Amino acid sequence: MNPTPLSRVLASTEGRLAVIAAIVFLVMSALAPDRFLSLQNMTSMAFQFPEFAILALAMTVTMLTGGIDLSVVGIANLSAIMAATILTRVTGSGDGTAIVLVAYGAAIGVGVMAGLFNGVLVATLGLPPILATLGSGLIFTGIAIALTGGSAMMGFPAASAWIGNATVFGVPAPLILFGVLAVLISLLLSRTAFGVKLRMFGANPLAARFAAINIDAMLIKVYVLSGVLASVAGMVVMSRANSAKADYGSSYLLLAVLIAVLGGVNPYGGYGRVIGVVLAVLTMQFLSSGLNMVGVSNFARELIWGGLLIFVMIVNTWRVRRRRS
Amino acid sequence: MTIDWSRNEALVALVIIAFCALAAASDPGFLSIATLTDLLRGGIVLGIFAVGALIVLISGGIDVSFTAIAAFTMYVTAMVLNAAMPWLPWWAALVMGMGIGACLGSINGVLIAVMGLPTLIVTLGTLSMFRGFMLTFIGQKQITTLPPGMREFGRMMIVRGENADGSFYSLHAAFLVTVLAIVLTWAILHRTMLGRQIFAIGGSVESARRIGINVRGVQFFVYVYVGVLAGLAGIIHSSMARVANPFDLVGLELSVIAAVVLGGARLAGGHGTLTGTVLGVTLIVLVRNSLIVLGIPATWQSVAIGVLILIGTGLPAWQAKRAAARAA
Repeated sequence: MNPTPLSRVLASTEGRLAVIAAIVFLVMSALAPDRFLSLQNMTSMAFQFPEFAILALAMTVTMLTGGIDLSVVGIANLSAIMAATILTRVTGSGDGTAIVLVAYGAAIGVGVMAGLFNGVLVATLGLPPILATLGSGLIFTGIAIALTGGSAMMGFPAASAWIGNATVFGVPAPLILFGVLAVLISLLLSRTAFGVKLRMFGANPLAARFAAINIDAMLIKVYVLSGVLASVAGMVVMSRANSAKADYGSSYLLLAVLIAVLGGVNPYGGYGRVIGVVLAVLTMQFLSSGLNMVGVSNFARELIWGGLLIFVMIVNTWRVRRRRS
Repeated sequence: MTIDWSRNEALVALVIIAFCALAAASDPGFLSIATLTDLLRGGIVLGIFAVGALIVLISGGIDVSFTAIAAFTMYVTAMVLNAAMPWLPWWAALVMGMGIGACLGSINGVLIAVMGLPTLIVTLGTLSMFRGFMLTFIGQKQITTLPPGMREFGRMMIVRGENADGSFYSLHAAFLVTVLAIVLTWAILHRTMLGRQIFAIGGSVESARRIGINVRGVQFFVYVYVGVLAGLAGIIHSSMARVANPFDLVGLELSVIAAVVLGGARLAGGHGTLTGTVLGVTLIVLVRNSLIVLGIPATWQSVAIGVLILIGTGLPAWQAKRAAARAA
């Protein structure tokens, strides 16, 4: 049989996903042509998706090792609370750029510490990643609640609005941030020894150990990376909401897992590409904005996301089985 | 009697005793019938959920969709009974709930057992599908007037009494349903071939298949059974709360799994006991109800539960790792 260009595209997870993304885009454009295709909608979509897309990147790196990070939302909120505490306590001069940078530094520090905590639990103590991050996620969220009493923190200097709301030559700042992070993670996974080790461990932990990979150090780095990405997402959320709260974005956890799996990342480890995750994020955002315009409720979106996740899993496993037989 | 300290049950029991001793020391009123009935009442719905989560974990899977099944079931049952069959007695509501739960559970069963998809991903998907379907097509408003059968069930008490200080305590009849669910599950797990097969699949799917176990059939049963228990828990929850709120219950799933894992069930499958599960649920309910008695503000509740999960799963994991290192 001659492989046609189409069948070659459909043979890879990312190829199929690109087709799905294109179909969703076309359907939504057809349903609400004047509104969906408007510049205003494109810009608002570009502002909306980076926050959960960055969380999905965090989920992706842990899933590549066969793990999972259920604490990403907790880390994001705790980092935001940390930054908000600095921003509301200290008043700087001017628009407060310096103090905002300090606050971001502290927030990333929280992300590193939280990731280190997860990494030690998973690597050194040998806890299953689901339980380790479930427990640590409760702790991070719990600390955030205890620090704030559960209420929102607001009143930040003007400079803190930049990362979530500004545009550079017409391109939204959060989109640029996501683009840079996606390229960096992609290079890290495909062009460095660390990336190769990571995928090797995910595909076959025993083989990785016999290949003399320092597994503990690698796993700790993975969870620190995930923690840092989560705290960056927390900064974007804080900037866009102009406030910080312990329970922001609780639905993002499911969404981040969903996007990673939709993007072709194998939840048992070993396979996953950043381009797949990017395509999955775009698909979700097109669906979400498009359905919103046609007047579908938020809850129907939940139904459709769940359906899409299961549909993609069925298609992927069905193809794997057919190839085997 | 020797106590095996490497087992989670012993650890959890010790923590419970320590918690109660500390609580009693700081507030003598803690050791009262009222505290006990509060504890039992808090464990009714959580206990049924936990039994379901346990059987899935033993079979080597994980199910996070059971809270959505429960919410869906209680809402649909209350709505259908109100609209069409308000004369049905209380037990009919429970039976109907079990039926709806079984149907939803069988959807998980088909996707997992027949199509062979990963359990966490499937149930994450069905969690949002069941919830999304209910809130989009069935309704979002809470039903404050329950059908008469469910109202009658909501008023049933086994014990009712008055404390010395004049406050009332009571124990709901649904507690018996939880006990029944635990006994039935114990019987299935330890007195039937099916139970041995569930443990075998959790231990190793491949070995189970080679000794001729119908792996798909057993897995399908497990997810339907969890659906039945979840449906039952949903009806009980709304009867006791005297309202069917579609936004209730979902979000509880990870705490339930945490309680079961605290009690010694392993995510890898093949291990888990009902004693441990009951102890795990007791500890979680104790922390939720009585943390304040120890002088810890309620805002620290989720930190406390998180720490318990990490200690409860960390100690055995660390011991296993050390044992493996010594053997190597």
